[in-house]
Amino acid sequence: MLPGERWGIALLVAAAWLMLIAVVLVFGVAPDPVNLTTDMERYAQRIFYFHVPNWWVGFLAYLIAAVAGVLYLTKGHERWDVLEVASVEIGLTFTTIGLISGSIWAKPTWNTWWTWEPRLTTAAIGWLMYVGYLMLRSAIDHPERRARFSAVFSIVAFLSVPITFLAIRWWRTIHPVVIAGSSDSGMGGFALGPTIGLIFFFCLFAFTALYFALLTLRTRSEWLARRVQQLRQDILYRS
Amino acid sequence: MSYLRKVLAIVAKDVAAELRTREMLSSMFVFALLVILIFNFAFELRAEDQATLAPGVLWVAICFAGMLGLSRSFILEKDRGSIEGLLLAPIERSAIFLGKMLGNVLFMGLFELLILPIFVVLFNLSAGDLPLLLGVVLLGTIGFGGVGTLFSAMAVHTRAREVLLPILLFPVMVPVILAAVKLTAAIFDQLPLSEVQNWLSLLIAFDVIFMALSFMLFDYVIEE
Amino acid sequence: MLMIEIRGLIKAFGNRPVLRGVNLEVSAGEFLTLVGPNGAGKTTLMNIIATLSRPTAGHIRVAGFDPAADATRLRRHIGLVSHKALLYDDLSAEQNLRFYARLYDVAQPEARIEMLLRQVGLWGRQHDPVRTYSRGMQQRLAIARALLHDPPVVLLDEPDTGLDRHGAARLYDWLHQSGVAQRTVMMTTHNLERGLQWGDRIAILAQGRIAFQASQSQLGVAQLRARYDQLVGDA
Repeated sequence: MLPGERWGIALLVAAAWLMLIAVVLVFGVAPDPVNLTTDMERYAQRIFYFHVPNWWVGFLAYLIAAVAGVLYLTKGHERWDVLEVASVEIGLTFTTIGLISGSIWAKPTWNTWWTWEPRLTTAAIGWLMYVGYLMLRSAIDHPERRARFSAVFSIVAFLSVPITFLAIRWWRTIHPVVIAGSSDSGMGGFALGPTIGLIFFFCLFAFTALYFALLTLRTRSEWLARRVQQLRQDILYRS
Repeated sequence: MSYLRKVLAIVAKDVAAELRTREMLSSMFVFALLVILIFNFAFELRAEDQATLAPGVLWVAICFAGMLGLSRSFILEKDRGSIEGLLLAPIERSAIFLGKMLGNVLFMGLFELLILPIFVVLFNLSAGDLPLLLGVVLLGTIGFGGVGTLFSAMAVHTRAREVLLPILLFPVMVPVILAAVKLTAAIFDQLPLSEVQNWLSLLIAFDVIFMALSFMLFDYVIEE
Repeated sequence: MLMIEIRGLIKAFGNRPVLRGVNLEVSAGEFLTLVGPNGAGKTTLMNIIATLSRPTAGHIRVAGFDPAADATRLRRHIGLVSHKALLYDDLSAEQNLRFYARLYDVAQPEARIEMLLRQVGLWGRQHDPVRTYSRGMQQRLAIARALLHDPPVVLLDEPDTGLDRHGAARLYDWLHQSGVAQRTVMMTTHNLERGLQWGDRIAILAQGRIAFQASQSQLGVAQLRARYDQLVGDA
């Protein structure tokens, strides 16, 4: 039931090493992209290695939360609720970092801190949804009902993301469409050459490892917190 | 069919209750009116601006007033414990959802019928293709009603009921609002439908998917 | 024939057990009163029997049905009167009953509604909104609602809450006037004396189990009170 302590630490150590290597790669090894003109832009581009993985992890976290929601509703075991809340919290953290890092990147590139373009807007809405999730949880005292309602909400919220994104995309876009081949489309787009590509995927992997490490830790701390809560209730009830 | 009869019984009950007090319709109406007026003041709308902003203002007004109606629908049930009465009856939980949802859509629809003429007059618009406009408003309302009924059933059990519902519902409603505004704008501008075909498909798709989803998930939300 | 059959019923909320193995049987036509301190689980037990809640473990059959598996069908056979009104304030008594009649597929609803309202003495006020009723009147309407579909099993969850002695006596009269005597009844109450008076049998729920059972003729109020204090005092 409780993830083994050894696994958690091993995962954390592994993730830490991966992140360290990633940082070294990004700032030391990765070449400058070809078509960016100013030093500022070239340097700012490096955020891309951290920014996109942030979004990826955010998305992964919400996906896992939605799946955990389905599992909780069908199986009923508390461990799915624990997984769900842990995943949402971590996802929200990464999403917040993603929003901020994106903003930092945007200033030198687009000359604005924020803009209402599809990916950003969807991200902001997603952020709001999961803050709403946490607010929903904190507004319900009854633990079983809290778990049930959160599960329902996380499923609906996650499923609304693709359709929301689609809707918002049918407006204009200036976000660099990086994954679509190696053509630089849109403002600030740059070519995804082989070295850059490799480092990028390594960062993606490192961030994913970090997510799972944090998830394990958070899940464990949540279990312990609940156990403490139960013990406290038992003592109070008995006296 | 017994199932359908029970669904309609719930709708009839909500209508009867509303007829006695007329509280919900009147508060929704007044609230929407206020929203429209506030927008007018806040943006100092002049002739050219009005046309562009009008669809947005309409749907904001509908959203906010709709939230009001949605919360009231379940709050009344909860406070007298009558949800238990529904749960004790030999009726499928999904029938409760459909009954409540149809009631919500009906009330919102009634309120929209009241507010639309006033809105058209205040913003000095030509209504354009009326059946189409009503159709779009209906589709938007259905989108609202499906997830809205699900979420309001949840929100009613929480501490901050009326505040929580908008927080939960708005982000999920974004596609509906976008599509509805785009479509309404096209209708007021008298554009051919083929130009906004994709928005219509999006709205219909959303309605179908999320109604089905809410229908399935409602069981988990209504049990005590 | 057993109308309510409960063996080893366990209900836990999270890790906190409320019912720890309840064994109880109620025969057809019997009136069983259940007493117990606050938090003993009386309402929890009633909710499980009424299909409002699911047991964590154990065996339970009501009118031959399994509440977990056959909930929708079982609900036709149960009428519940609780301390909450379960009525719609803004509607009239008649509108309330007509609504429930539809939900329960009651045959010849108008006739049945009139009969019940007459039996509980509300005929003449049937068009007034329930909001205008006194507590006693609301209880009477609740009885009519519970019996509307002619259920063989009637559950009364602390129906005497908020009623004084006189009100409770009248409640008893209304119950019997509407034909509760031929049905299987299970009632929970805080009032030991009343419990003993009304029921054929009385049971004490303490520490999540049925700690004591006796038929009405077997003991007097004083003895019951002594037993009760003894069992409940051990908490």
